[in-house]
Amino acid sequence: MARDAIIQVRNLTAGYGEDAVILQNISFDVFEGEIFVILGGSGCGKSTLLKHLIGLIPPMAGEVIIDSDDISGCDENTFQEVLKKVGVLYQSGALFGSMTLAENVALPIEEYTDLDARSIAALVSMKLGLVHLDGFENHLPSEISGGMKKRAGLARAMALNPKILFFDEPSAGLDPVTSAELDNLILHVNRSLGTTMVIVTHELPSIFAVAHRIIMLDKRSKGIIAEGDPMFLREHSQNRFVSQFFNRRAEA
Amino acid sequence: MRLPGRAMMRSSKGKLPSAFHVSSSEDGGLVLAIRGRMDVSNAAKMIQGARRLVSSGTLTSLTVDLADVNYLDDFGSLVLLELRESMEAKKGGFYLKNASEKVQKVLSVFQFDRVRSDVELAKKRRPSSIARLGEATLNHWDDLKYLISFVGSVCLALLYVVRNPRSLRKEDTLLTMQQTGFDALPIVGLISLLLGMILAFMSSVQLKQFGADIYVASLVSVAMVRELGPVMTAIIVAGRSGSSFAAEIGTMKVSEEVDALFTMGFDPTRFLVVPKMIASAVMVPFLTLFADLFSILGGMMVGVLMLDLTPNAYLTETVRFLELRDLVWSFVKSASFALLIAWIGCLRGFQVRGGADSVGRATTSAVVSSLFLIILADSMFAVIRVYWG
Repeated sequence: MARDAIIQVRNLTAGYGEDAVILQNISFDVFEGEIFVILGGSGCGKSTLLKHLIGLIPPMAGEVIIDSDDISGCDENTFQEVLKKVGVLYQSGALFGSMTLAENVALPIEEYTDLDARSIAALVSMKLGLVHLDGFENHLPSEISGGMKKRAGLARAMALNPKILFFDEPSAGLDPVTSAELDNLILHVNRSLGTTMVIVTHELPSIFAVAHRIIMLDKRSKGIIAEGDPMFLREHSQNRFVSQFFNRRAEA
Repeated sequence: MRLPGRAMMRSSKGKLPSAFHVSSSEDGGLVLAIRGRMDVSNAAKMIQGARRLVSSGTLTSLTVDLADVNYLDDFGSLVLLELRESMEAKKGGFYLKNASEKVQKVLSVFQFDRVRSDVELAKKRRPSSIARLGEATLNHWDDLKYLISFVGSVCLALLYVVRNPRSLRKEDTLLTMQQTGFDALPIVGLISLLLGMILAFMSSVQLKQFGADIYVASLVSVAMVRELGPVMTAIIVAGRSGSSFAAEIGTMKVSEEVDALFTMGFDPTRFLVVPKMIASAVMVPFLTLFADLFSILGGMMVGVLMLDLTPNAYLTETVRFLELRDLVWSFVKSASFALLIAWIGCLRGFQVRGGADSVGRATTSAVVSSLFLIILADSMFAVIRVYWG
């Protein structure tokens, strides 16, 4: 695998103002084509970090570079280009309630490509087929279950086959079977299309199933306390919090 | 032997995408070799090229050589799908060759063998007008039933609170009083001041002709206190607070907060509606009083500055025609308007089903229904007043 960093985070300080610094001076790389998991206990800043990576919140200091563009320092046009390389699956799917699943998925394709309606329809059915939602094209989000919303959200996030897919707690609220199916889907897409995946989660089975590499954030040190292969960290990490996390032990 | 491929190659050369390389095969068919990436960036061009290629002559078979394709995703599969379906339409053969393992994997992931482009993605079929009429009637009937049961549950909740005053959520009530009443003071004051000025100015143009300038004062005060003050204030409150009640409860409904209240053993009506109704019924009459005062002030500004009346004369004339009964009547009217606004706002909020668009509709409907109810109630008050004398 080529080890080109597709996301570079450099000395990032993240938070919501001087009194609410969540992460202090962190740096890491995400390599092209890997499944990268950001994990940590509740309240350690996983979601905040994700929001910084996709440019929803500007960093307090430091930079986030996606595919060689600094997303906090670049101009509006460059930022728009960066956004096209990125897809995000939000926790609840964030589908538009007034549109059917097919319309939700078709929206970015209609906006950013020159394909005609027939081709878009075929493409949308392929994408929904990929997430096992064939037959639900004309359903509204309010008519389907939570797990289906998440899969439809994934189909929409993948509408333009972005280079990087971000997942905010993909398995939250899913039963183990559906959750495992979603993990398989993630692996499937990663292997066949080579999409880089950045996943925020704290579901251990899911982490061991998909992650190539992880970073673990910590509330106390406001930084990264572990980085690397999850299996290795589980067995060999010297850090108390890391081994506690991986072995699912309560704090003494 | 005539080679159709050659001829076609020449005729369509220049029109085809540069990634397409066309040659003829031994069996008289056409071989299309595609180079490079097949993704979102060039799918639209390739599809156009594919259509042109297939439509430009009689083709017995088409073989697509994917040896030089280094990336293919579902957009690329779409190009192949287009080629396959065009060939099927012509009853010609379609074959893929030299697909790398990776490409094969992508094609199988997207179920290329099964997928078709004639999927129906139209919105749900619209039923006939009779069916829609029936559906609308049933919906209105359900609405009416819900409306009646909501009136009942509001009455019960109010009764419960009257009998157990401690169960009233005082914090919420005070907060709503502030938001509905106090926060509305600037806009109510400004609009009433301007309304008073307009009334005084417009009437003075006519009354001046008869030398009856002084009656401007009573016209403004009687019109505002009896009629316009309560109605204008209610309209402002409907726009400010009625809509916010509907949006607030609607959003709570969407995010299952109302269900949460219910399962925690709270009566959602008592919890959410009663504070809003009480707060509105208490504050709107005072807002109306405030509106009356500001409109009289506006009228006086016109009277003093343009009609050369003394403030003293203006005020004396204002008070001479006003009776205490008018003021009480205006209080009663505004309190009823307030109850109607809060009631319909909350009702629309509770009727929200689905998502964000439903909240939007509920908000609009809350304001429109409030305006209708305000005018309806006002006309009823007018009739009652005539018979009471």
